[in-house]
Amino acid sequence: MVKPSAMVLLAAAVLAAQSAKYGVGRPPTEDEIRGLGLAIAPDGTGLPEGSGTPVAGREVFAALCSRCHADKGEGGIGPPLVGGQGTLATAKPLKTVGSFWPYATTVWDYVNRAMPFDQPGLLKPPQVYAVVAYILNLNGIIGSDQVIDAKSLPKVKMPNRDGFVPDPRPDVGNKTRAKR
Amino acid sequence: MKDSGPSSRRQLLRMSAAVGGGLLARPDRPRAAEDMPSELGAPLGPYGDRSPFEKAVRWRRDTKTPQTGSSFTPLEDSVGTLTPSSLHYERHHSGIPTIDPSRHRLLIHGMVERPLSLSMADIRRLPSVSRIFVLECGGNSGSEWAAKTAPDVQRSHGLASCSEWNGVPLSLVLTEARIRSGAAWVIAEGADACRMERSIPLPKAMDDILLAYGQNGEALRPAQGYPLRLIIPGWEGNANVKWLHSLKLADQPYMARDETAKYTDLMPDGKARLFSYQMEAKSVITFPSGGQTLSSPGLYELTGLAWSGHGRIERVEITTDGGRNWAKALLQEPRLPIAFTRFRLPWRFDGREAVIASRATDESGYVQPTRDALIAVRGTNSAYHYNAIKLWKVHADGTVTNVEV
Repeated sequence: MVKPSAMVLLAAAVLAAQSAKYGVGRPPTEDEIRGLGLAIAPDGTGLPEGSGTPVAGREVFAALCSRCHADKGEGGIGPPLVGGQGTLATAKPLKTVGSFWPYATTVWDYVNRAMPFDQPGLLKPPQVYAVVAYILNLNGIIGSDQVIDAKSLPKVKMPNRDGFVPDPRPDVGNKTRAKR
Repeated sequence: MKDSGPSSRRQLLRMSAAVGGGLLARPDRPRAAEDMPSELGAPLGPYGDRSPFEKAVRWRRDTKTPQTGSSFTPLEDSVGTLTPSSLHYERHHSGIPTIDPSRHRLLIHGMVERPLSLSMADIRRLPSVSRIFVLECGGNSGSEWAAKTAPDVQRSHGLASCSEWNGVPLSLVLTEARIRSGAAWVIAEGADACRMERSIPLPKAMDDILLAYGQNGEALRPAQGYPLRLIIPGWEGNANVKWLHSLKLADQPYMARDETAKYTDLMPDGKARLFSYQMEAKSVITFPSGGQTLSSPGLYELTGLAWSGHGRIERVEITTDGGRNWAKALLQEPRLPIAFTRFRLPWRFDGREAVIASRATDESGYVQPTRDALIAVRGTNSAYHYNAIKLWKVHADGTVTNVEV
């Protein structure tokens, strides 16, 4: 990952000499921005109104998700969503929402944009909140009656939040530099 | 000429028939002319097909859902350095959308002074550039981390292809939208069913990224992002978002599923490398390679492909004795940065078992590592960015297999 300080300097450098030289395109409409701007930031930027609980999420999950992920997220046609905590440093790591995903906002973003697999975009925001709450509860990350909304979701501490490091490469090649 | 008339004409016809018959009967007549007179060939056509005798196709691993997965370029059948668009590798997460370019728009929003909605016609009005770049999936050669590696070069290295891309520098379009102070990332989203999302650091976006609409002299193929995609020179394929319809300027990365849960490299200590976009130097011998057979001992030309996300290929060396001795291969010019470079070396197969491999060095001085060296640092569970030296075993009978069968 590029260091934040270096990033700001570089970003400042590219801001120089900006003008609408070609004048192509038009301002987007509010609907266009709403329709395409699905991205949710780790600090919760972009999360819509609404809320859900694991109890409500269980129903949505049973109706739309369990056919691929099994009743309790054990996995089937789709990948497992639970388990695997403590396996990342073993010979057989199991990467799931509970064991690997660093941000709860990513679960919301992904369920909202890409699930269910054959009908992405089907779920309304309260259903997404509920399903995410259910998956977090299955992993023991939140209690079964906890309300998840735009304020509480970014505050959920995922078990593997500190499990990521910057990319240090090149980490191998130069040590095997060829003899001329 | 008083004898001229019907009878003499008949005579002439009889005579020419005899001549024709004689020609047909001639035993030394080449077989191709058997069916005289020659038959006409096929008529001219609006869009070309390859010869029906050419059979090279992409290989697809079975998946539980046909809309997801990968198809691999048949590198063993490739010649030169460019990949036909029809054989370019594919990696899709929710199928290939059908998009009408007259209705497709690119939204540029977030931390910009001048949010923009651009039609494809708008984008095509802007100054364009053409660049030849290799595109490689971050998971290419993922099979090689395992104890039993892929049997042929298509399955071990076929998630890499090289094309001429045509489009507009992303920096030009972002500058049109006037980036606000504090913006540091670009969040790109695609129009496929899963709305593929990746975060890209602004300095790279302002450096050499293309908004591409053309590939190999025509519009992008649907499987390659028609009508618009990102081309990010030297970075893993997944970040090169296809069917691009939204770019949001932001002050932070958005930690999308495909840059946290996927495309991160899990190390032996259980930590995973984040934002590991870069593809490093790599090479592989495509002839002779797994599944091929040398018909007899004798002189052959070893050939293969080398590339690096860091720039030009500086040197490729070849071993035919399992790594004890290395000889410099001939590099086909021009050697373009971040593009396939074809290498060649004459080799006499003497009918004895030989282990062959290639090793690339790029202009940064980086040398392609051995599999052992890579695994010593990264273990076998990192899944992505495998670029080690690939060994093939030529057996005494001329058959070729991967070494770890």
